[in-house]
Amino acid sequence: MAAATPRQAVTTTEVVRRRLEGGRIEWRGLVFEGLLLGSLIVAFAILVTLLVTILVSGLPVLLERGLDFFTSPLAANPADAGVGQGIFGSLVLIGFVIIVAIPIGVGAAVYLEEYARDTWFTRLINTTVRNLAGVPAIVYGLLGLAFFVVIAAPLGNGGRNVYAGGLTLGVLVLPIVIITSAEALRAVPWTIREAAYGVGATRWEVVRSHVLPYAAPGIFTGTILTLARALGETAPLIVVGAIVGTFRYTAESFFDQLSGPFTGLPTIIYAWAKRPDAEFREITSAAIIVLLVALMTINAVAIYLRNRFERRW
Amino acid sequence: MAVTPESLPPARLSLADLRGAAPRRRREFAVRLVFLAAATVSILISVLIILSLIGRAASFLIEVDPASLLERGWFPRRDLYGLPTILAGTLVVAGIGMLVAAPLGLGAAIYLSEYAGPTTRRTLKPILEVLAGIPSVVLGYFAITFISPTFVQSVCSTGVFNMASAGIAVGILITPLIASVAEDALYAVPGSLREASYGLGARKRTTSLRVVFPAAISGIVAALILGVSRAIGETMIVAIAAGASGGSLFQLNPCETGQTMTAAMTALAIGSEQVRGASLAFPSLFFVGLILFLMTLGLNLIADAYVRRVRRQI
Repeated sequence: MAAATPRQAVTTTEVVRRRLEGGRIEWRGLVFEGLLLGSLIVAFAILVTLLVTILVSGLPVLLERGLDFFTSPLAANPADAGVGQGIFGSLVLIGFVIIVAIPIGVGAAVYLEEYARDTWFTRLINTTVRNLAGVPAIVYGLLGLAFFVVIAAPLGNGGRNVYAGGLTLGVLVLPIVIITSAEALRAVPWTIREAAYGVGATRWEVVRSHVLPYAAPGIFTGTILTLARALGETAPLIVVGAIVGTFRYTAESFFDQLSGPFTGLPTIIYAWAKRPDAEFREITSAAIIVLLVALMTINAVAIYLRNRFERRW
Repeated sequence: MAVTPESLPPARLSLADLRGAAPRRRREFAVRLVFLAAATVSILISVLIILSLIGRAASFLIEVDPASLLERGWFPRRDLYGLPTILAGTLVVAGIGMLVAAPLGLGAAIYLSEYAGPTTRRTLKPILEVLAGIPSVVLGYFAITFISPTFVQSVCSTGVFNMASAGIAVGILITPLIASVAEDALYAVPGSLREASYGLGARKRTTSLRVVFPAAISGIVAALILGVSRAIGETMIVAIAAGASGGSLFQLNPCETGQTMTAAMTALAIGSEQVRGASLAFPSLFFVGLILFLMTLGLNLIADAYVRRVRRQI
């Protein structure tokens, strides 16, 4: 009896599997799977190395300088330089992106998903949006330099101000806002719309009272993530004329500051990263920590909103 | 409105009676126009991009000495606009980027789609998503502070700035993109194909490589093309890590500093206050931009055609 027990523990599947494999382990298959998993492990190792190297060199600066680093302006001396102007510039730029890209982007998505029939014009818009999403960021900078800087010139600093930068970033993320909002609208089931039409609602009433409220969490999550994209974008700002040297806000009032020279957090990182001295290396890392924490906060808000309001149909 | 016999509908309803009140219809029409206008903005932006590039690119082409375009060197300050130089730099950086990103991205895609269970997928996928969220300016800094001293400088005796470390960083940047597009393509392959393969006695590895991979090849090609397109258009990594700030000689050796199209544009833009109107440097910025735009647009259109082929097949 006792000798028979281990034989009974072996299941039928186990017996069949052993017979098919001839009792051998398939080493080559295991190696293959290991290599595939290895590519993910390499990606993870890169991520960890990146974060650790930046934390190690940047955190001491942040701890030592404290609030001073967040409020100081750009300076030639790394011990005095801070990211104050960059934080101000980035916040204003994000504000412009919200004002420019979100209403137009959500509006375009509503048109494409709720109003448009399948005509050549609709297909043209759809193709255009997809292609705009693939245009390199620096080309949007050229668009800004050719048009928005000229338009914003009467507002001050020859057009090289946050108005031109904000418009450029807004246009840059517009296709992404359209694509993510359209996805959120598509996820709202047709039965909701049909129920509303059934009681006599017009198309706008259906969209306003039924489709948009149900799609709102998805639209918010998507657009918040595009704000993260806008926050890290550097090249278009440099082309439009964000300052990579040093400057001082001479104006007193908020609106006068807007028409003067500007910079953003990522532009500061670029400017400092080009400097070879070790002190600049450290404050570059510190500025990157500030940027990454801001990005993580934005992403955390998006994930929270998605989990809090997401609806499964 | 009082209900009088005149305001009541006639016994037989016509279509006009069902259309609703005139103010409601007018509001409906106005709202539709607003949304249409919002959708048309994207076409307007495309037209503006093309106009902004073509105008100044044309004026550059008219004024430039054609011989200087084929010169083996890119020095705008000396009126040398050697296109082969910046094209070579772009190809070297994008090529190294693809050497890094293609195996990493495709390996991750096959693992996530074919090998990982639902729980493993949920745990491992955020690695790629977080990597995709790192701004390129941060990866450029990582290239000069870590990749270059640790890897590149141990292989070739060179300075901190070189095309190899820029290329590796570009590879890290485009890995999540390639992985995500390729995984979508692999995941869309119907399970019946895998079951048929297992039914014939094929192993998991054989099924993944000989059945699923070929079935998803259109999507995988699209992923690689999109990767090349992103690598060509990537700016900040190259502007920080590839070295040549003002101009560069023709260079194919990845251990040396080099100039890509995007880095050349950044250098021109930073100096553009001084050179505006003075020489051809300012319009040349738009000429390079036009070439870059046409290259990425072409690649994106090809990738789009491949992605649509996947959708038709399944």
